[in-house]
Amino acid sequence: MTASVQAKQPETTAVASAPAASEKQWPDQVYDVLKAAGISHMSYVPDAGHTTLIRLFGADPEVVTNVLTTEEEGIAIAAGAWLGGKRSVVLMQSSGVGNCINMLSLPVHARFPLLVLVTMRGEWAEFNPWQVPMGQATEASLKAIGLRVQRAETGDDLVETVAQAAAMAFDADQQVAVLIGQRLLGKKKW
Amino acid sequence: MTLPTMDRRVAVKKLLAARDGALVVTGLGSPSYDVHAAGDRNDNYYLWGAMGGAALIGLGLAQAQPQKRVMVVTGDGEQLMAFGSLATISVARPRNLDLIVLDNQHFGETGMQSSHTGRGIGFDKVAAACGFSETAELRSLEEVDTLCEKLRRPADGPRLFVLKITAENLPRSLPPRDAVEIKNRFRAHLGFASC
Ligand SMILES: Cc1ncc(C[n+]2csc(CCOP(=O)(O)OP(=O)(O)O)c2C)c(N)n1
Repeated sequence: MTASVQAKQPETTAVASAPAASEKQWPDQVYDVLKAAGISHMSYVPDAGHTTLIRLFGADPEVVTNVLTTEEEGIAIAAGAWLGGKRSVVLMQSSGVGNCINMLSLPVHARFPLLVLVTMRGEWAEFNPWQVPMGQATEASLKAIGLRVQRAETGDDLVETVAQAAAMAFDADQQVAVLIGQRLLGKKKW
Repeated sequence: MTLPTMDRRVAVKKLLAARDGALVVTGLGSPSYDVHAAGDRNDNYYLWGAMGGAALIGLGLAQAQPQKRVMVVTGDGEQLMAFGSLATISVARPRNLDLIVLDNQHFGETGMQSSHTGRGIGFDKVAAACGFSETAELRSLEEVDTLCEKLRRPADGPRLFVLKITAENLPRSLPPRDAVEIKNRFRAHLGFASC
C-alpha cells in the first residue's frame, strides 16, 4: 500500500460530531418497527450503514436471514417468502440497486409486496468517486422500474418512514424502497 | 461423442406425478411450458421473466414453508444467470429445497444457442463444491424414476439434480400470463389472503 492510499479516508464518511440521542438509536428503532410490522425474514448484502440491523436480525431466532452474493437475489427471495406467507425485508447500499433492476420486474409485475432499505452513498461528503454514478442514479432507476421511493434524512424521520413503508408494502401490495440519506449515515460513528 | 439424453416432457411429467405435495417453481421459457404441459395447478408458480430468479424464489418459499417440500424446475440458461445462488442456497441450507436443472446445453427459447453446460460447466459439480447435500447428473428416464423415489425421502440440505435433456423446441404449453392471479391462487392454496 502506498502512503497516499493509506492517507485516504476509511470506508465511512464519518464527520466528527457527536450524534444526537435519537439518531444514536435509529437502527434499534427501525428494527423495532420492522418487527412490529411482522417482518420475520431478511436478506442483505452488507453495508456499514446496516451493521446494527444486520446484527439484530441475525441474533433474532424468530427471523430467517440470508447473506447474498448479489442484491437481486434478495428481490427474488422476498417474493418466494411472500408466496409462502412470510414478510421479508431486503437491505442493501445504493450501488446494489443497480444490480436489481431486471429482477424488480418480478414484484412490480406480479404485485408482490416489497420493502427495501437502501443506505445511500455518493451524495453527501462522499470520498469515493466510484460511488457517485450509481448513488446519483439510484432514485431515478428505482422509479423507472416502478418502485415507490421514499427518503429520510434524520433518525426520527427514518423510523416513521419505515413504519409506514411497511404498511404500504404489506397492506397495499406496493413495492417500496426507503432511501437512507448519506447525510444521516455520515453523522453516525459506525 | 454424443451421450444419451432424455425427453424433457416425459421426465418432468414423472417428477410432477411423484411430487407428493411439493410446491413447484418454474424458470422462464421451456421449463414453465414443461410443467404446465403436465397439468396446470394452483401450487405451481410459473415465471415468464425474472431470469435467474427461480432457485431464489424457491429458497424464500422453502424458508417460509419449512414443512413443505419445494421443487424448482429450471433450465441451464436460467440457472447460469443465478450462478451465485448456489452459494447463497448452500449457506442458507434449507432441508426442503430441490433444484432440478433441465439441461439441454442450450438457450432454447432464444434460438438454441449453445450454453456453458455443453462446454465443461456441470451444475452438479458446482453445487457439490458449494456444499449441497446431494447432487447428480441423470441421463435416462430410468434414473428419473429412481430420483422420484429419492425425492420423497428427507434431505440433510439442498439438493440439485441435472437432467440431461434433448435439445429440441417442443410445442409451447403456455401458463397463464397474469402473474398476479398466479401469485394469488398459489397463496390461496396455502391458505393465505390475496393482498
Ligand atoms: C435478463 C434476461 N436476459 C435474457 C433473456 C432472454 N432469454 C429468455 S429465455 C433465455 C434462455 C433460457 O434458457 P434455458 O433456461 O436453458 O431454457 P431452455 O433452453 O430449456 O429453453 C434467455 C437468454 C431474458 N428473458 N432475460
